[in-house]
Amino acid sequence: MPDSSATPHTGIGAAVKRVEDYRFLTGRGRYVDDMNRPGQLYACFVRSPHAHAKIRSVNTKMAAKMPGVAAIYTGADLAAEKVGSLICGWTVTDKHGQPHKSPPHPPLAHDKVRYVGDHVAVVLAESALAAKEAAEKVEVAYEELPAIVDPAAALASKAPQLHSEAPGNLCYDWELGDKAAVEAAFKNAHHVTRLDLINNRLIPNAMEPRAAIGEYDAGSDSYTVYSTSQNPHVLRLILSAFVLGIPEHKLRVVAPDVGGGFGSKIFCYAEETVCLWASKKTNRPVKWTAERSESFLSDAHGRDHVTHAEVAMDKNGKFLAMRIETVANLGAYLSTFASCVPTYLYGTLLAGQYTTPAIHVNVKASFTNTAPVDAYRGAGRPEATYVVERLVEAAAREMKLDPAEIRRRNFVQPDQFPYQTPVALVYDSGNYEHSLNAALKLADYAGFAKRKAEAAQRGKRRGIGFSAYIEACGLAPSAVVGSLGAGVGLWESGLIRFNPTGSVTVFTGTHSHGQGHETTFAQLVSDRLGVPMDKVEVVHGDTNRIPFGMGTYGSRSIAVGGSALQVAADKIIAKGKKIAAHLMEAAEQDIHYQNGIFKVAGTDKSKTMGEIAFAAYVPHNYPAGLEPGLEESGFYDPPNFTFPSGVHIAEVELDPESGEVEVVKWTAVDDFGNVINPMIVEGQVHGGIAQGIGQALLEHGVYDKDTGQLVTGSYMDYTMPRADDLPSFTVGLTHTPCPHNPLGVKGCGEAGAIAAPAALMNAITDALGVLHMDMPATPERVWQITRRQAAGLAS
Amino acid sequence: MYNFHYQRAQSIGDAEAALKAGNVKLLAGGMTLIPVLKQRLASPDALVDLAGLKDLKGIVSDGSGVTIGAMTPHAVVAASADVRNAIPALAALAESIGDPQVRNRGTLGGSLANNDPAADYPAAVLGLNAVIHTNRRQIKADDYFKGLFETALAEDEIITKVSFPKPQKAGYAKFAHPASRYAMVGVFVAQTASGMRVAVTGAAPGVFRQKDMEKALTTNFSPDAVAAIQQSPQGLNSDLHGSADYRAHLVTVMAKRAVAAAR
Repeated sequence: MPDSSATPHTGIGAAVKRVEDYRFLTGRGRYVDDMNRPGQLYACFVRSPHAHAKIRSVNTKMAAKMPGVAAIYTGADLAAEKVGSLICGWTVTDKHGQPHKSPPHPPLAHDKVRYVGDHVAVVLAESALAAKEAAEKVEVAYEELPAIVDPAAALASKAPQLHSEAPGNLCYDWELGDKAAVEAAFKNAHHVTRLDLINNRLIPNAMEPRAAIGEYDAGSDSYTVYSTSQNPHVLRLILSAFVLGIPEHKLRVVAPDVGGGFGSKIFCYAEETVCLWASKKTNRPVKWTAERSESFLSDAHGRDHVTHAEVAMDKNGKFLAMRIETVANLGAYLSTFASCVPTYLYGTLLAGQYTTPAIHVNVKASFTNTAPVDAYRGAGRPEATYVVERLVEAAAREMKLDPAEIRRRNFVQPDQFPYQTPVALVYDSGNYEHSLNAALKLADYAGFAKRKAEAAQRGKRRGIGFSAYIEACGLAPSAVVGSLGAGVGLWESGLIRFNPTGSVTVFTGTHSHGQGHETTFAQLVSDRLGVPMDKVEVVHGDTNRIPFGMGTYGSRSIAVGGSALQVAADKIIAKGKKIAAHLMEAAEQDIHYQNGIFKVAGTDKSKTMGEIAFAAYVPHNYPAGLEPGLEESGFYDPPNFTFPSGVHIAEVELDPESGEVEVVKWTAVDDFGNVINPMIVEGQVHGGIAQGIGQALLEHGVYDKDTGQLVTGSYMDYTMPRADDLPSFTVGLTHTPCPHNPLGVKGCGEAGAIAAPAALMNAITDALGVLHMDMPATPERVWQITRRQAAGLAS
Repeated sequence: MYNFHYQRAQSIGDAEAALKAGNVKLLAGGMTLIPVLKQRLASPDALVDLAGLKDLKGIVSDGSGVTIGAMTPHAVVAASADVRNAIPALAALAESIGDPQVRNRGTLGGSLANNDPAADYPAAVLGLNAVIHTNRRQIKADDYFKGLFETALAEDEIITKVSFPKPQKAGYAKFAHPASRYAMVGVFVAQTASGMRVAVTGAAPGVFRQKDMEKALTTNFSPDAVAAIQQSPQGLNSDLHGSADYRAHLVTVMAKRAVAAAR
């Protein structure tokens, strides 16, 4: 770790309070819906009430006569103007070497609708209310078709067909790993543990609903879209190069304050596309803000896997091989990165923290009459961790091994790094047993038996569960993801601009929508350049201000975006040395930089960073041939993923009479490498665990299997975790620095959501004394098990 | 939300007159009505807001019980020393409704007029054998509730207050619906001057009395007395979070807890 003594209260490693919170907590944040453009129209989308239907006709005559209506557009209008299909930016190659099936995804449907909430028409009016009133008058004649919502049933021979381009509703049949080696290992196994698992569909529910304003400026023939985006340049690239054909330099994307994304705001959706297109048609800005019910229907959902998993072991519980078969639900259309989530972000993680020598995974991805499914906090890695850690726990029970012990016997050891897994990844670093031991101690594992006995006296069943997770983040080495089908590179950019008075403006290509980048990145730059933190401003989210960047997802911002800033900071220091050498009449190689001070070695001569910046902008006495100014950009393409890991231990008490589950204790020990701001990291861990507990205990996106209606379309039926569902979290950190990025950082945003579901389900099934139950462990589901047990029936 | 006219009633008479216009709704706390309007599931021509009617607010206590104005918010009932002294189970029930925002807006009269099958107050009103006072008459609890969102109220009838007789003992236990936090099953038990009463909300399309449990508790007021009594799942509600079987089972579990909590 580089030294950081100059700014002990704000430097790297200091728990600085988030500078952005003042504006958020006092209502001064500025979100898309806070913005209003002169003369704007309001858009209301006419959405399909059917899961699957042919559109016979769309009659807009009545609606057009409603007060305040400026224009109405249908799918046919967009098709007539050759508006492009929404795209999937990652092409997965199937096991036969063929590209996945990517059927058209028109922003407004014109032949068929394929899920409840699918977009049929848009009404533009002088007010949001007028648009809504008129939208109700748009008459759409549908011919209903049978719907299919279950991912596995969609692959059956007689299932209703969604797309002629994807026979059998199959998007791809993909595999990874050495199948023959796996088969051989299973033949010689002492014991095989098997599980059938469902990873429940989740609905993201960012606090701020999606919103967009499209604006066309006829004078300059240029466009602006204000959007709730996690990655404004990626949105610009997609809208420009693929969907609307607007020249990239004529399109500005602004993603201002954004109230949470969790992945759901990575994607290019129909709504911002249509608002932007319609702004040119009407020559007026067009604004849309989702109602919460629209968010439920049309934000990309997460997870929704059906999996059969097997692990083969020797007599000591050493894993010999794993065999995983998964069907993944992709919804009605391929969302922007949907295809890579159940493949390269899932199959590659199935080695977990273990030395399992042979792994084979097969994933069939299906289209169904449901909202598109794409990345949601963790994206593939929670699904992988759930499979591995449930399987390992079940194996421990069948082998009668302590769950900590079976993990110990199979961990990749510290001296094995870099470690090549049988599923493509090379783990760079880690110390898994160290994290396990720390977690066991923090959780007082030794005292569990006593706590369990005490709970039994109160009529409660107490259980404990582990999750030793690994994730691959810091997305990602561009050449690697390119070879796997990604349509983009996943480097990151940063730019550091000194102002003549010594303050600094930092531009980052990442985007903060809750992560606290304005604090963390300011800390980083302040520490590196010796500028007080309050003199550092972080700018993000506007393609006209920041360098081209890839945005924020996959816990990549500090590892890739932070590293890009480090590159820029190094260039600033290098240039500063030249200026300092000139000013102090010394040789450049004699200038030593530390904590914002340039010193001539062996003398007491020095210049501050502020003096250097001033000299760079007022270059009266300046090195000949050196460019004036002090501004440097850095681009960083990571050589590998980073691999955060850790151990979470959940403890529950359940009431066998009512089925209620209480999470009574939670211990997390995470290895994020070096940490810039431990308070922000802890907050990220808390939020992730809350979402993971939500998945395991409460949340479930349910479609009616016959009608395809979304049953959980509001908070009356979709259970979000609340504060009183959660215990206090005991969070510990270990630090194995990432060896391949300049900061030694790994990323922390998704870890909690990745680790938590398996830990909690392991604890609940431990308390119940069953091998498995599916998420969410609702009171009724738990009671159904305890009832059968009470009746003496097998579970 | 569709457009509607808004009128703030200055008196009960004012409200009565306004109701005669037809497609008019009374607005109490609005905790159900406003969401229904926002979802465009109702389109009244006018709302008549009762918020300004001071006569409908407040709590009066005498030795025989408490009388609570129809426009009294749940939070006021929960915090009332009179209610806590006379019928602690009623104060606790009010404290358990929704969240602080709901408790400070939602009212007793609004809850009873709406008669949501998963609301808490109907269990207390039926369990305590309360009397509902309207602008026209007094209605006994046993005559008031008519099933799913249905009551004995006439179209232009307005609840003014509710009298709760003081029981010897009463208790309430609720199993909250995981998502909505309404009662999936709520059981109110009370030893009253008119006998043992057990009222169940949330489980069925409307609040109802569990007579088998009343009988059992009359001879032995203890959790054990109801432990073996099974509610029939016939006719009970069933949804994603609780089947009729589960709700039936929870009636017994909540009855035990209510008896244990009774004081």
